[in-house]
Amino acid sequence: MIKIAIASGKGGTGKTFVATNIFHSLVKNQIDAVLVDCDAEAPNAVAFFKTKLTRVIEVTQLVPVIDTRACTFCGKCYEYCNYNAIFILPPMKIINLIEDLCHGCGACTIACRYGAITEKHVSLGVVNFYSNNGKPSLVEAQMNIGVMSPVPVIKAAIKQINDLTGTVILDSPPGTSCPFIQTVAPADYVILVTEPTPFGLSDLQQSIATLRKINKPCGVIINRAGIGNNDVYDWLQENNIPLLMEIPFKKEIAGIYSVGELVSATDLIFAKRLSSVVEKIIQNGNSSHQRERRNREIEY
Amino acid sequence: MEIAVISGKGGTGKSSISAAFATLNEGVVVADCDVDAANLYLLFNPIHEEEIVYIGGNKAVINYGLCTGCGICESYCRFDAISVINSRMVISGITCDGCFLCSHICPENAIKMVQNDKSRMYSGSFRNGKMVYGRLSPGAENSGKLVNMVREKAKGVAKENSLETIIIDGPPGIGCPVISTITGVDKVVIVTEPTISGLHDMQRTVEIVQKFSLPAFVIVNKYDLNSDMSDQIEDWCRQNRITIAGLLPFDKQMVEAMIMGKSIMEFNSDNEISKKIKIIWNKITNQKK
Repeated sequence: MIKIAIASGKGGTGKTFVATNIFHSLVKNQIDAVLVDCDAEAPNAVAFFKTKLTRVIEVTQLVPVIDTRACTFCGKCYEYCNYNAIFILPPMKIINLIEDLCHGCGACTIACRYGAITEKHVSLGVVNFYSNNGKPSLVEAQMNIGVMSPVPVIKAAIKQINDLTGTVILDSPPGTSCPFIQTVAPADYVILVTEPTPFGLSDLQQSIATLRKINKPCGVIINRAGIGNNDVYDWLQENNIPLLMEIPFKKEIAGIYSVGELVSATDLIFAKRLSSVVEKIIQNGNSSHQRERRNREIEY
Repeated sequence: MEIAVISGKGGTGKSSISAAFATLNEGVVVADCDVDAANLYLLFNPIHEEEIVYIGGNKAVINYGLCTGCGICESYCRFDAISVINSRMVISGITCDGCFLCSHICPENAIKMVQNDKSRMYSGSFRNGKMVYGRLSPGAENSGKLVNMVREKAKGVAKENSLETIIIDGPPGIGCPVISTITGVDKVVIVTEPTISGLHDMQRTVEIVQKFSLPAFVIVNKYDLNSDMSDQIEDWCRQNRITIAGLLPFDKQMVEAMIMGKSIMEFNSDNEISKKIKIIWNKITNQKK
């Protein structure tokens, strides 16, 4: 299996557009592929496919339940909690959990020596499985509204596809903080989608700095080529970052996308260009694996 | 008065519209709370007057001189951050949530917590007032906390300088940094675009705004890229009693202004968008609670 994440620092550069069209092009070319929508705060990929919901897994987190009769108000749990999720006023014999702040780490349960803390599950969101012919083709992470972090739901969705074969496309959330990192960390390669504007460049630089920190190979697709200026191109060249493809700015493309349709379904040349981007990544990935293997054999 | 500009979906034009609002009238405070991907400083070139270190969480680090490889930490970690690689306990800095539990339970005291202190908050002046913004170090966490810090600072700066209006450019999504951005503000402006994703994400954003009982205004940006979808968005808002503050057309001048380091207001105040933004601003600020 090879995992390719489609990401971008800046939102709205066309991540989901690229991810859905790549997935569609691969499937059309008979390549075994699965699309995982990891943008759990705002998942949209499913809207582009006629597909059936076949399975739903609930993602939960443990939160403490404090038995105030057994509690001695010693404050040990408060001391262990690094998220300020426990509110305690010992003289008043008041102890409360602020559930929104709890990360479910279990430290308070370990801290309590009086057996006053047990745990219960609370729902964070769901992982939805969609398929056309028995095999899951689309996996969607969806966080509940009001939940603080999408990370546990993203992790759960990626865990589900670990035993699959073929090509996995991960549609990443925007930004460069934890939700983005959780999505790109398990990927073998990251395709960053940007636009040739100052905002696009600034966010691209930040995403690439993050990817370099965790040693992820990456390349860039410039979307809406034609608007803006040449700064993104110059910067990519100066920093030896591969430009994988350009998608021109056209009102027709925006129109097709806006109604939930795929450009790759009608524009065969576009579909071919997209799938060849992925095929090249897969080939390079395989050859570098082989090189590694060969090197290792030599060492032995 | 604090006005937050947000959008479920990224790239709808939130920052460009925030920039236009910030250059409409004299003397405002701009708070860039999109700390993952702060952009407004590119347009406003603020002069830094203060730099504040932000501690973005902790990471567990093993002292291998003390570690006996007993594996207790691995069995307790709920974030799957600890594993055995080549018969050595290894903590993944990426997955570690910084909860401190392993450092408490390690019988050898071999785990220390290390602070991430690479993130910064800046406060300064720009040509139309004051500006506060956060820059999260790549891969750092807890952006909600940094958002809170930026907002607190912005409020302080507004008070010191007797400036009344604070314009907050928020992050995309509906998670913790967004909740931190809108909690307690006076008005929320949701910028969307006429696409299926735009509609879908706006609905989720409205839900979160309503959860906090805040007055919400919707702007449909680039509405003419798909008028049917734009109508659908308007219908949905009407049915759900959300005020449509206005519709803005697609115009390449928005990008040209950005390249020149200006807001659309400064770039061309006669542009249709500039005129509409003025009307939208009045509509938002004049509506009584």
